[in-house]
Amino acid sequence: MPTVSLPPKGPLLTRTGWSSFFVALIVVCAVVPVLNLWIPAGSPFHMSDYAIALVGKIMCYAIAALAMDLIWGYTGILSLGHGLFFALGGYAMGMYLMRQIGRDGNYKSDLPDFMVFLDWKELPWHWMLSGSFTATLFLVVLVPGIVAGIFGFFAFRSRIKGVYFSIITQAMTFAAMLLFFRNETGFGGNNGFTDFKRILGMPMATTSMRMTLFVITGLVLLGFFLFAKWLVGSKYGRVLQAIRDAETRVMFSGYSPLGYKLSIWVISAVMCGVAGALYVTQVGIINPSEMSPANSIEIAIWAAVGGRATLIGPILGAFIVNGAKSWLTVAYPEFWLYFLGALFIAVTLFLPDGVVGLVKKLKGGRA
Amino acid sequence: MSIRNTFLILLLVIAGHAHALTADEAKSIAIGETEDRMTALAKAVVNADEKTVAFIQALSDDQVKTQGDKVFVVQGDKAVDPVTGAALTLPADAEDVINNNQMRGELDNALAAAKLFSKDDAVRAASVKTLLAEPDENKLPIVEKAFAAETVPAIKAQLGLLRGALLVNSEDKAKRLDAIKTLAESSNPATKTVLLARLQNEPEADVKVALQAALDKVDAALAWGDKLGAVFSGISLGSILLLVALGLAITYGLMGVINMAHGELMMIGAYATYVVQTVFIKYFPGAFDWYLLAAVPVSFLASALVGAALERSVLRFLYGRPLETLLATWGISLMLQQGVRSLFGAQNVGVENPVWMSGGVQVLANLSLPYNRLVIIAFAVAVLLGVGWLIGRTRLGLFVRGVTQNRPIASCMGVNTARIDTYAFALGSGIAGLAGCALSQVGNVGPDLGQGYIVDAFMVVVLGGVGQLAGTVYAAMGLGILNKFLEGWTGAVLAKIAVLAFIIIFIQKRPQGIFAMKGRSAEA
Repeated sequence: MPTVSLPPKGPLLTRTGWSSFFVALIVVCAVVPVLNLWIPAGSPFHMSDYAIALVGKIMCYAIAALAMDLIWGYTGILSLGHGLFFALGGYAMGMYLMRQIGRDGNYKSDLPDFMVFLDWKELPWHWMLSGSFTATLFLVVLVPGIVAGIFGFFAFRSRIKGVYFSIITQAMTFAAMLLFFRNETGFGGNNGFTDFKRILGMPMATTSMRMTLFVITGLVLLGFFLFAKWLVGSKYGRVLQAIRDAETRVMFSGYSPLGYKLSIWVISAVMCGVAGALYVTQVGIINPSEMSPANSIEIAIWAAVGGRATLIGPILGAFIVNGAKSWLTVAYPEFWLYFLGALFIAVTLFLPDGVVGLVKKLKGGRA
Repeated sequence: MSIRNTFLILLLVIAGHAHALTADEAKSIAIGETEDRMTALAKAVVNADEKTVAFIQALSDDQVKTQGDKVFVVQGDKAVDPVTGAALTLPADAEDVINNNQMRGELDNALAAAKLFSKDDAVRAASVKTLLAEPDENKLPIVEKAFAAETVPAIKAQLGLLRGALLVNSEDKAKRLDAIKTLAESSNPATKTVLLARLQNEPEADVKVALQAALDKVDAALAWGDKLGAVFSGISLGSILLLVALGLAITYGLMGVINMAHGELMMIGAYATYVVQTVFIKYFPGAFDWYLLAAVPVSFLASALVGAALERSVLRFLYGRPLETLLATWGISLMLQQGVRSLFGAQNVGVENPVWMSGGVQVLANLSLPYNRLVIIAFAVAVLLGVGWLIGRTRLGLFVRGVTQNRPIASCMGVNTARIDTYAFALGSGIAGLAGCALSQVGNVGPDLGQGYIVDAFMVVVLGGVGQLAGTVYAAMGLGILNKFLEGWTGAVLAKIAVLAFIIIFIQKRPQGIFAMKGRSAEA
């Protein structure tokens, strides 16, 4: 049997790649905390708490965009339901944070405020594990993973793909949103969870806790970036890209795409769930609107703007779009949607490979 | 109570023909001890004419003043005589008529009963309806009298029902049984309450059996109404889904463009309707009832033009890349939404139904079909036939199908494929505009009108099978009816979730929808 010789496997990152990675690491772990905590507030080098919160939030979005890129950019499956996994991770963390409020809520009850408001006497069954931080860490990973696994198994087994898959994922997140809006499902209805006070018994509103969460988020982002880099460079990643480019041929070559698609789908969902959990700790609120179809589409937009099938692209995209969003919604609230809309159209029409593709082109076609 | 009842019946017996309100009557109703006033009121009601009703109404609205033994009806800053209607000067020391609660209740009763003798059929029918909702034994004599005098058969039947509802509590067993028999024939939700109430207080066993039988009969009749009602609202929802999805069946089903801006094209149609309405209010207020006829073509053209512009400027560069069309059209939808917000404001605008669309047909006692729903169903059928004809029978339709099936060959045959694309997209968008025009008659018109329907619309097209008009029809009707039946069972939100779950499972079995495109492609 003739063997196809694959090009030799390169190192995980090039020399410049590793240097930029370590620069990012130092920025996240040292420079930002120093700028925020030790430079006095009047100085031009001081990073305000607002900026920290914003960057922290965008790093969570960047993880979601990275997860989207694995499934869309590298496997060619556009999910319009990643907002659901993001929100599921967020809700798992939010339940823990709600329990941490303890008796400090408005009603001075052991139950979260909204349950007292609904006149519930005890915690519903799905809140059982929410008291433990360890269990919550597992839930953050397991809940999106299992939901994605079940949904993906049925979807991929019957070979739903392309546009059908996208639209069904959209229906999935829409259905979940309607469900979470209900009061009796026990997730706080349309207010969701908010007013968190403590994490692991420590107050959340302090600057040092904010900084800790910021650093953790940054480290998780960098870690996921390395993991994704390793994944797409491996043989597994190559099969994924083959599925993206010609699934039928992959099948005819003796591979079963089901396992590959399902596993990357679950991995992507889990990453998104972790991003959601980190997001809740930084933003301090989670509600069903995170599951709206529009939010899921926005995640795809970040990946597309930055450049699909590159790993740095989605991260850049998340920063560009959300940075622009937080600036424009304050400076020109009327024009933000025009800008976002125009951005989508311009990227699809003129920058099919996103910002990264543009940079490469400007550099002279070095792929 | 019973003394007054007897007295009332006595009065009925001796009462002659209706006569006009006299000054003495007005005086004795307005002035004196409560007991005497009530007696006078009861006497007046039996022979009530319109002036009496107006006077009782004025009393009930606290618009009557007295001075000495003169009675004044106050209208704004003037006063009139209740009997002659002549203008009077209101003396400065005129006193308000004080109605205690007992008197007030009596006035309300009298008013409802007096309306049973109104010359206007509609007022009489409405009055019977009010009385049926809360049957009150004390009204029996008046109802009997009205029943005897009634000439319009429909109202007479309703009055008979009302009489039955009152007689069912009679002391006389034969009368009760008779009344139960009458009530069993009716399929009015109100009679069910009456029968149930009686069943609880009924001492005699055989009457109880009769009551139960009557209840079962009424229940069966009501069940029919409920079922038909659910089917009707299902068809109504289905026809809306059909309108929403028909345009998408062309742009997505035939052209492969995932048009996330479809909802916003509908929104444009709805706003076009609003603009036409505004123009009619301003320039042709007399013809306001017909503004909708003008709005239909306007909303079609407005959306079609926007659609054609989108196709020319953006979409034609993206054919064959469905996921890219999704992103670009999403961007377009955001811009269109914001555009509408800038032009018309972020609030919903008010679009009114023309008079001929309000009201409805009463089919069964508990089933009435609103005209606006009926009109929309008819409209959906008309649009469907139009689209079917356009795609199946015209040269444009032929070209669209040809370009969809094999673009290069169609091009070789001399079809200007680029122009056909534009026409087809404009057609799909125009139909979205028609859907928006229809939606403006049943829902809110606001900047996020489209968002509420876009997921549903895609579901319908996916479920029906891409590129299949017949599939779209079945899917829309099926989803509409399924949704309404589940709604009766589980509530609106859970029904919606159940429908989405159903679609996901259904797609497992038939990934290509109800009607799959037949082909030999390995990709299928």
